[in-house]
Amino acid sequence: MTKRFAVGIFEDEDVLLHAIENIRAAGVKIYDVFSPYPVHGIDDALGIERSRLPIAAFFFGMTGLAFALWMQIYMLGFDWPMIIGGKPHIALPAFIPVAFELTVFFTCHGMALTFFTITGLYPRPKVPVIDVRATDDKFVMAIELDESSSQFPRLTQLLRDNGASEVNQKEMTNK
Amino acid sequence: MATLTHQESATAEQLVVTGGARKTFITIIVAGVVVLILGLLASMLGWGAAEHGEAAGHLGASAGHGAGASVHEEGSPVWLKRLLVSLWHSNVFFLGVSTIGTVFMAINYVAYAGWSVLVKRISEALSAWIIPGAVIMLVVFLIGRHDIFHWTHEGIMDKGNPNYDSIIAGKSGFLNLPFYLIRTIVYLAIWAYFSYKLRQLSLAEDQLGGTVWFHKSINASALFLVLYAVSSSMSAWDWVMSVDTHWFSTMFGWYVFASWWVSGIAAIALTAIFLKQAGYLKALTSNHLHDLGKLMFGFSIFWTYVWFAQFMLIWYANLPEEAVYFNQRLGGFEGHYTGLFFFNIVINFVFPFLGLMTRDAKRQMIIMKIVCIAILLGHWSDFYLMLMPATLKGESGFLIEIGVAAIFLGAFLMLFTRRLASASLIPVHHPFLDESVHHTT
Repeated sequence: MTKRFAVGIFEDEDVLLHAIENIRAAGVKIYDVFSPYPVHGIDDALGIERSRLPIAAFFFGMTGLAFALWMQIYMLGFDWPMIIGGKPHIALPAFIPVAFELTVFFTCHGMALTFFTITGLYPRPKVPVIDVRATDDKFVMAIELDESSSQFPRLTQLLRDNGASEVNQKEMTNK
Repeated sequence: MATLTHQESATAEQLVVTGGARKTFITIIVAGVVVLILGLLASMLGWGAAEHGEAAGHLGASAGHGAGASVHEEGSPVWLKRLLVSLWHSNVFFLGVSTIGTVFMAINYVAYAGWSVLVKRISEALSAWIIPGAVIMLVVFLIGRHDIFHWTHEGIMDKGNPNYDSIIAGKSGFLNLPFYLIRTIVYLAIWAYFSYKLRQLSLAEDQLGGTVWFHKSINASALFLVLYAVSSSMSAWDWVMSVDTHWFSTMFGWYVFASWWVSGIAAIALTAIFLKQAGYLKALTSNHLHDLGKLMFGFSIFWTYVWFAQFMLIWYANLPEEAVYFNQRLGGFEGHYTGLFFFNIVINFVFPFLGLMTRDAKRQMIIMKIVCIAILLGHWSDFYLMLMPATLKGESGFLIEIGVAAIFLGAFLMLFTRRLASASLIPVHHPFLDESVHHTT
């Protein structure tokens, strides 16, 4: 499938943030914005919904905690009880460091895998590279065009008015 | 969030402490005095024994009905002892929180942090309590040291004296009166001087503008942080750990600092919320609250980490001279402190951890307010747990202690708000002010 984009290149993140607000206020839908580094406040400016990843993280954490407690209580309490330092078999304070580590382990691995899966970065990236300079020093705003590209002149003007240093038209073929 | 990038810069705002607010502070003090008097009466007349659970078999507890009051094995009557220890306890807590204002500001200077500029005046004003706190500390120490510090007892370091205690005598190189007083005065002088210095630089910046004050503040902050790192840790040994003279813990300096630090941040956040709700700090948004909330969340966990590190090593090794600390608090004195021991963990760890976990919670004033108050209460009771078992054994209660704390709170708030009102709430010429106004998270 081929998509056509009007691509505005910006030099500065503040100009970009203002441009995003103005262009959205003008009723234009922005396809995506690419930046070399995370820009503070860009999610709100673009109106992107908050990620639900933290909720997943919480449940991964709970899973890790439950697993760690089960593992230690089962192993040291029932499967192979051992007396260590004269403590009871199930000595909760001694289990806390392991429980903590496994909670963190499950949370971070679960989050990373979830993130890669839902963003399409796994097994390999499916995100189109609209302009390679977005990985260097430019901020790139892509606005999707329809078949005829008839709104391109108007969008060029709008992007230029809002501080874009250049505006290109680009076709991307999505495999 | 549509106006994200279009906020005006902040302008000077002057806090007016209303008569109503002043009345509230006085009411807190009066309520404190009433509770204190009730507590003292209760203790003198022996109601305390019933109220706090009869310490069966405790020395002297039964001797003291009527005019004589219950007499502890050594030193003053229980009510006086409790009063002195409470003064020490609340003072250590409030003085620590007060100093954290300066520490917070210094860290932000050294880190070139911009977001916190809007709450900078709050942290400056917190240190208004350092001088009165220092005076109270020295006075209470000079008057009541025998009732607070075991190592100050007569003859405890003299061989042959009936009071002789060889372990305490072995610590006489550090725990002796002149050296202790010199140390205490040095800590207090460092804290008071740098609080004063940073405040003066900040006020000069307001008047004159320019970045020279900012750079001077960074130099002062860097020096202060080095000195504070040492003095906060040592003051924790001196003021808190040395009440348990036989006992020692290498984690203790951090433990006390963590307690002060998270309370200090809670105090800053709580003040910011109250000011915002009273119509001040117009540029303060939920983004700033969010960052303060993250700090509270993170340092509540940090406190727990330090607390647990101390607990777990002692529990695991189970050496008598170390384990006695937790024996006293967990089930010791007929379980006098057991409830508070678990309450301490719940209110200082579980509650802030679950309460501030989500992003939305940290951005909502009401939840932040509740958690801030819980943290402040929780760490006050944390200091209670550090100080009471060693000094009062099973005789501590709550009436006198809460009365004293309320008097401290009222007085603290008076000085705090007076300093807050004495300059603009916004440091108008701070070079990072705009960054703070436009802060997003």
